[in-house]
Amino acid sequence: MSPAQTSTLAADRITLAHRHFTVAENLSVALPTGKVTAIVGPNGCGKSTLLNGLARIHAPAKGSVLLDGKDIHRLPSKDVARKLALLPQDNTAPEGLTVADLVRFGRQPHQGWMKQWSNEDQQAFDHAVQAADVAGLAERALDTLSGGQRQRAWIAMAVAQQTPLLLLDEPTSALDLGHQIEVFELIRTLSGQGKTIAMVVHDLASACRYADHMVAMKAGKIIEEGTPAEIVSPELVQELYDVSCDLIQDPATGSPLLVNVRRNSNFSTA
Amino acid sequence: MNALSPTSAVASRALSLPLIAAGLLLFLIIIASLLYGAGPISASEAFMVLAGSGSEEARFVVSELRLPRTIIGLVTGLALGLAGALLQSMTRNPLAEPGLLGVSAGSGFAVALAILFGASTATLTSFVAQLGALAGCALVIAATRVQGLGNDPVRLILAGATLTGLLLALTSMLMLMDQRAADEIRFWITGSIAGKPLSMLQATLPSILAALILIVIVARPLAAMALGEKAAVGLGHHPGRIRFLIVLAVALLVGSATALAGPLIFVGLVVPFIARAFAGPDIRKTLWLCVPVGPAVILAADVVSRLIAAPAELPLGVVTALIGAPVLLAIVRAGRMPSL
Repeated sequence: MSPAQTSTLAADRITLAHRHFTVAENLSVALPTGKVTAIVGPNGCGKSTLLNGLARIHAPAKGSVLLDGKDIHRLPSKDVARKLALLPQDNTAPEGLTVADLVRFGRQPHQGWMKQWSNEDQQAFDHAVQAADVAGLAERALDTLSGGQRQRAWIAMAVAQQTPLLLLDEPTSALDLGHQIEVFELIRTLSGQGKTIAMVVHDLASACRYADHMVAMKAGKIIEEGTPAEIVSPELVQELYDVSCDLIQDPATGSPLLVNVRRNSNFSTA
Repeated sequence: MNALSPTSAVASRALSLPLIAAGLLLFLIIIASLLYGAGPISASEAFMVLAGSGSEEARFVVSELRLPRTIIGLVTGLALGLAGALLQSMTRNPLAEPGLLGVSAGSGFAVALAILFGASTATLTSFVAQLGALAGCALVIAATRVQGLGNDPVRLILAGATLTGLLLALTSMLMLMDQRAADEIRFWITGSIAGKPLSMLQATLPSILAALILIVIVARPLAAMALGEKAAVGLGHHPGRIRFLIVLAVALLVGSATALAGPLIFVGLVVPFIARAFAGPDIRKTLWLCVPVGPAVILAADVVSRLIAAPAELPLGVVTALIGAPVLLAIVRAGRMPSL
């Protein structure tokens, strides 16, 4: 990717269903170019389903997902993979696979029958391991790494794809605080390099802190969309998670900060 | 080809050592397969034949009996090893065996049926076995179409196991129906590469070639599927399509091998197990290493089958089972099954 290259991704009135059970209906969303979008909401609200829909893993029953204005399911999957990288939640790696092995997979969309590993692939590889700060771990097996290191290795694979778009499904679930920060700061760095990023985040506080744009979902519907400062309010938190809270502004970053979070009381919020 | 990068040069160097070692080992086993037999021709007499002299009788034994047997063993081992590696990678199950998919059983049932209707193992065309293998695969695929089973590799194997049970029962039933057929089937079903004419290869080589082409096509996406279904889609692959091509390649390979040697169990388990131990986690390297290891395992087992009870011979299928069963137990008892 030349960093200047951009792509747009949008859902146009999509309905997503598992078998006959409709998870999300009539969703429309467009990812702001060059920004980090966080999809938030309570468990089971359909946020991962929406991300999988955007990533063409889950074909919509109705409506369409548009990559650069074209129906993503009508584009060759390999072409899509050159524009859109995905970090799924349930990824696995065979025992003994090294970080370098993993990152090399990211070049597959750029390779062909006759086109094996090229100089361009090597450059993308080098850039990816540096960007994700895993160059020093390249020959280590994934199963010997910490959770944060492993997740950075997976992100390096997605970076090696050199796509303008990057989708991440709960990239920090199961990570402790230090490793969460490690991954979120990497995501911010990638955004700073021009990538358009969407991620499912179950921690609202992290979403407030690290996202430019927020899509709040409940029961399969998008109920609010905008910058964290615009949309996060005690009322929204109440509606999403059925808890009360107060909001203050983070003096260091200016992003909204949830305080005094508590089970619902009948008293109005302060 | 483009200049190799430092990283991929490292990777290919890591593979080339075991590949060369396995190739050398295979070469030695081929020589042993030509030199040793259960019959009265000694190894030194056979060596004279290889050196260009030797008695009339020794020449006949080496070139008309042991050479075809060795070549058929090579092809059978190649086919079963690759089929096992493909299946294990696709199902992420290190215990998956071609037998589990119903392919061997389908092939075996078709051959048993043909024998019942008057074909003898000598005149049997390999076409029947391949047809049976493909039918077995088609049945499994049809079963997987039901309720989206095809998206779940584990259920795919379960469907295959059910089919295998059914087909084995039907084969047993055929054996009860006719005494002559029962004897023939019993002989064939134990598995052997002895006394098979080289002409049988002609019928199987096109299928094996087709399977090799399929393997070249699926190797890269199959490697990516080890990262998970969604990750593979993210890299631009079509897991459903890849699985279909793999099942097809496995049917072609196992059908050919069964036609040549009867249903040999455990080879498809042992060969990828050995190859993986040296090749590491990448299925592409495992497949490469299966190319020398598969034939080496079959031929080594065959040489043992000739020597262990000389001057009589044990059926090859008995020897592969005797070697394979402890390996299976070892994998299971190791407790820590390798995740693929």
